[in-house]
Amino acid sequence: MDALLQFVFSGLTVGAVYALVALGFTIIYNASDVVNFAQGEFVMLGGMITWFGHDAGLPLMLAAALAIAVTTAVGVALNKFAIEPARGAPVVSLIIITIGASILIRGATQLIFDKQIHRYPAFTGENPIEVMGATILPQSLWVIGGAVAVFVALWLFFSRTLMGKAVLATANNRLAAQLVGINTNWVMTLSFGLSAAIGALAGVLVTPITLISYDVGVALALKGFAGAMLGGMGNPKGALVGGLALGLLEALTAGYLSSQYKDAVAFIVILAVLFVMPQGLFGKTSADRV
Amino acid sequence: MTFRTTTALLTLAAIGLGNAATAEIRLGASVSATGPAAFLGDPEAKTLEMLVEQLNEEGGIDGEQVELVLYDDGGDPNKARTFATRLIEDDEVTAIIGGSTTGTTMSIASLAEDEGIPFISLAGAIEIVDPVKEYVFKTPHTDRMACEKIFADMTDRGITTIGMISGTDGFGASMQAQCKDVAGEYDIEVAADETYGPGDADMTPQLTRIRNTDGIQAILNPGFGQGPAIVTRNYSQLGIETPLYQSHGVASDAFIELAGPDAAEGVRLPGTALLIADLLDEGDPQKEVVTAYNTAYQERYGQSPSTFGGYAHDAFQLMTNAIREAGSAEPDAIRDALEATEGLVGTTGTYSMSAEDHLGLDLSAFRMLEVADGTWRSIE
Repeated sequence: MDALLQFVFSGLTVGAVYALVALGFTIIYNASDVVNFAQGEFVMLGGMITWFGHDAGLPLMLAAALAIAVTTAVGVALNKFAIEPARGAPVVSLIIITIGASILIRGATQLIFDKQIHRYPAFTGENPIEVMGATILPQSLWVIGGAVAVFVALWLFFSRTLMGKAVLATANNRLAAQLVGINTNWVMTLSFGLSAAIGALAGVLVTPITLISYDVGVALALKGFAGAMLGGMGNPKGALVGGLALGLLEALTAGYLSSQYKDAVAFIVILAVLFVMPQGLFGKTSADRV
Repeated sequence: MTFRTTTALLTLAAIGLGNAATAEIRLGASVSATGPAAFLGDPEAKTLEMLVEQLNEEGGIDGEQVELVLYDDGGDPNKARTFATRLIEDDEVTAIIGGSTTGTTMSIASLAEDEGIPFISLAGAIEIVDPVKEYVFKTPHTDRMACEKIFADMTDRGITTIGMISGTDGFGASMQAQCKDVAGEYDIEVAADETYGPGDADMTPQLTRIRNTDGIQAILNPGFGQGPAIVTRNYSQLGIETPLYQSHGVASDAFIELAGPDAAEGVRLPGTALLIADLLDEGDPQKEVVTAYNTAYQERYGQSPSTFGGYAHDAFQLMTNAIREAGSAEPDAIRDALEATEGLVGTTGTYSMSAEDHLGLDLSAFRMLEVADGTWRSIE
């Protein structure tokens, strides 16, 4: 029994990390149909800059705020200098641009900072909390709480605010959105900035657990992307549920079946789900007018 | 091709005329200073650059200056092969050091064999020198030796049943296989065998499984990078009491820092003298070598050297020593001198090569270390 609970705690911890990364994908995807493959680098920047600031003597919270601010600026710059000039290009070209951007950011980070692995202290101590024989670290609760908070904020943003609706409208039809008075350039800037900020927040929260180095972005983005696809791309609820489900699947497979097959089982389940529901668990089915 | 070679030769001749007096001996190196194996290649490249400078300031080898041609293969065996070709054909080096990973080493080794250029590898796998290749040598001890050292220590503590949790990266997978292979010789049974991916964030399910396996007396974690640090933290989180052994892949101060001194307390691993330079006895043959390297590296780069930098240090000393002994910069003479190396003290151990042994280290090169009060302590 305590073993099951331990597996669930592990799954929730890892799943919340995936969910936080997955949530970062939703805004840019909703605004432009672009899957931003530099999302993992935003997470990495969040962690690396926080470590750098903390190492240089800043209080942890100030370093974290600085990291989120700088990463947001990087996100805005990415849109301004790489995505906006290619405005007329098809979505696939834009996705390839984001892959290029991720390589650039990774290279720059290893030059500006270093190639070592780093960590900084957990926010509220390192003593594990014991529940019925199983243990969970306080930082895991921060990550899970962070994922839920970002989900609620995004859900409110897209369903309750005019700005959020403007983002959705831009994705739906850029020209029509412009005609009804939406500043689509501003919407794109906003969505890259917000996505980068969410990514950086994820990095800030997960670093005490996962540790950080310049090259963790790709692996994180891949798992986050898988979680987002499982839940349904573009839907915050899908990102949260998909990420958590992926983490739980991995932990339960490692615990009960074999750790050798944990990634394989997770991906087989994703394939099976997508086979039956191509839009993911919560994705909206789209119909094209012929 | 002929044209290119000719041009290259002409260019070389032109350069040679310019500074014929300064670069007589040309050493080549291809290491993985960037890319996934950067944690190996970065300290190796820094070490080689530093040592060449030191050597030339002291007057080079018998008055002749040494020129180092250093390439960064990014951990890619294809690039390593290209650079090795370039080193041999264009740069016309007399010997090569490098190959941070087993993959890059293998692609350089086949060229070195064909062209008859002595090559000292910096990678771990036993396949590099077993079977012995005429021109290929290496400095790091093998994974198998690390397993043997760990199992010998376990036997001393009366441990016979263990659980293993290994990384699925190249290093972890290779050492996992070697350890399982050699466990029988020490009458040790591997009762649980778990793995984790290099990017995984939590290993509590695997550790829970090991803990719940009957009769486990110790846990062994072959791997490098952040994995072992996370395993150690999870091990402490779960409050597991059985001893935890790590591999030489994480033998550095950074490991204690990443895992946290509290979680790492009592963790044992086979490391080299380099890690405990300050703690060595005055009479220890390696004391002088590791202290000199440690001090010079810290002064120049502001950080402690790693075990991997030590591999490059030893390769460089072996090579320059062989050139000195051979009294010439002819590849074949250097090769013969390398094979005749006897009792050369490096940071990793004391090397004595022979026609059958192109590594020249035995188990005594490893020292069993334990984390005590947030720092390394020798338990021998």
